[in-house]
Amino acid sequence: MRVAESVSPLARDGPSWRYRRSTRQVLRMSAVHLALVATGFLFLLPLLWMVSTSLKSLTQQAAWPPEWIPQPFVWRNYPDAAAFLPLARYTLNSLTITVLFVIGTLLSCPLIAYAFARIRFPGRDFLFIVLIATIMLPGVVRLIPTYLMFRQLGFLNTYLPMVLPAFFGSPLFIFLLRQYFRTFPEELADAARMDGASEIGILYRIFMPMSGPALAVITIFAVQSQWNDFVDPLIYLNKERMRTLAVGLYYFRAYQDTTNWGQMMAAATMMTAPILILFALFQRYFIQGVALTGMKG
Amino acid sequence: MSVSTLSPSAWWARLGQARRRTFLGYLFLSPWLVGLLAFTLFPILAVFGLGFMEYGIFGRPTWIGLQNYRDILTNDRLFLTTLGNTLYFVALSVPLSTVIGFLLAVALNTRLIGQTLFRTAFYVPSIVPQVAAVLLFVWLFHPQIGLINFALDLLGLDGPNWLGRPQWAKPAIVIMGLWGVGGGMIIYLAGLQSIPQHLYEAAEIDGATEMRRFLMITIPLMTPTLFYNLIIGIIGSFQVFVTAYVATQGGPLNSTLFYVLYLYRYGFEEFRLGYASALAWILFLLVLALTVVVFRSSSSWVYYESGGER
Repeated sequence: MRVAESVSPLARDGPSWRYRRSTRQVLRMSAVHLALVATGFLFLLPLLWMVSTSLKSLTQQAAWPPEWIPQPFVWRNYPDAAAFLPLARYTLNSLTITVLFVIGTLLSCPLIAYAFARIRFPGRDFLFIVLIATIMLPGVVRLIPTYLMFRQLGFLNTYLPMVLPAFFGSPLFIFLLRQYFRTFPEELADAARMDGASEIGILYRIFMPMSGPALAVITIFAVQSQWNDFVDPLIYLNKERMRTLAVGLYYFRAYQDTTNWGQMMAAATMMTAPILILFALFQRYFIQGVALTGMKG
Repeated sequence: MSVSTLSPSAWWARLGQARRRTFLGYLFLSPWLVGLLAFTLFPILAVFGLGFMEYGIFGRPTWIGLQNYRDILTNDRLFLTTLGNTLYFVALSVPLSTVIGFLLAVALNTRLIGQTLFRTAFYVPSIVPQVAAVLLFVWLFHPQIGLINFALDLLGLDGPNWLGRPQWAKPAIVIMGLWGVGGGMIIYLAGLQSIPQHLYEAAEIDGATEMRRFLMITIPLMTPTLFYNLIIGIIGSFQVFVTAYVATQGGPLNSTLFYVLYLYRYGFEEFRLGYASALAWILFLLVLALTVVVFRSSSSWVYYESGGER
């Protein structure tokens, strides 16, 4: 419990007149910093190792003790891995699914969230509880019937099983947006109604333009979920050329005869890079979004 | 005069304001309602029904009553193995990720130099695509030339063949998951930052020690967040799949054959969809029961401000 003790928020500004305590505090804060630097390093090490390996030759990968700096830099791992995957094709597939999913999400979720947030009608509160319950439903329960349904509809080897549900709204995104809409003053919608604005007009002319951050959050979540999704593309797409990056990366491992870790890490790096770039650009929304999901209803 | 003979605008005008609102509300909700029926309610009912059937890939489903359930509970020797593996994983990964995520958040909630940098360092691993992360860890766990065993070697320890030994494969899978605690950490951090400072100030004036303030203010006020994460964590961990599927395919000796992986095999490799549905229904009941237990227990440990909105 020492860690816990040392970092209670009030540790911030101890009264300076108590000299002994403030020395203790300095020591303590240094210890916290040191511990965090060490653990933070530990968390980032695997990523550095991924990139380092991706640039190594076959012989250097097996070096013992392991070497951090590639000698020589084998840039070829990247084009070789890309050709093996084939990366361009899989990226296009993943992108197609991701973009369509995002479009579906942005078309459906604001509409649904608006009704939950700002239109009063009987049954709304009950349905909202249903919505929350579906967030917690273990997804695996619907795996088989959904598969059978899409198979029956002739959707196997199409992107529809991944994309179509987005057009019917995702419970978590609806919930997040609804929470956001609820922070706008009630009078905002009421005043617009007095002026004769329709509900659609209020949503698209007033609420949506004010909801940039929330829309950014759900867009980022949607991109992440589809870019990373493994199970759905695995069961719905059997044709090799239709595979997504995630599934392709998996087969990359299964198909290689001798494991070339350099190439595999190059492929993993190429799949991770877009998400990291997205994070670098929109860090704020990533963090805010995750923080929001922890909010109670 | 019946409604259908009216023009839409006249009909709209005749509706009262309350009815208009109701109509619009359901209109706006309609995509979700359709989705709820098609992608949630129908599958739940269907998976229940399919559990009573024998259903191969091309054949027609035939009713066999409780046979699937009888087979699972009495003849299926792997069922208990897979249930045990899953419970082992849940029991290890949920508490560990909660404690580590929470402690990291508490540490980051102090006045730090480079707080954003730390936050980023802990958070970034959680957004690495799962398949990429698992492949990376397969490489890190390499018994001869892996970085993890090298680190253990430096400490004078003999690193095990992580993914090749039944007793080490499960911990290895747990460790892979722990790399992603950053997501939970952010949620805790947000919770910690929403605790009103004046509570701490008042407690300090009353002479409460830091330890006491942590136990009497921080912990109680964080219980709703902890509760939420506990529920989500339990539900998620019961469905552990991708790590095991990519890293070990359930081996060695079925030591990482987790429940969903087992279900996947029946459903999509052996195409015994009825049997897999029965397995799914059992998992559903199990998770539901556990969730209910946690919810019930919450009244005794989750603190809700009185007079608050809940």
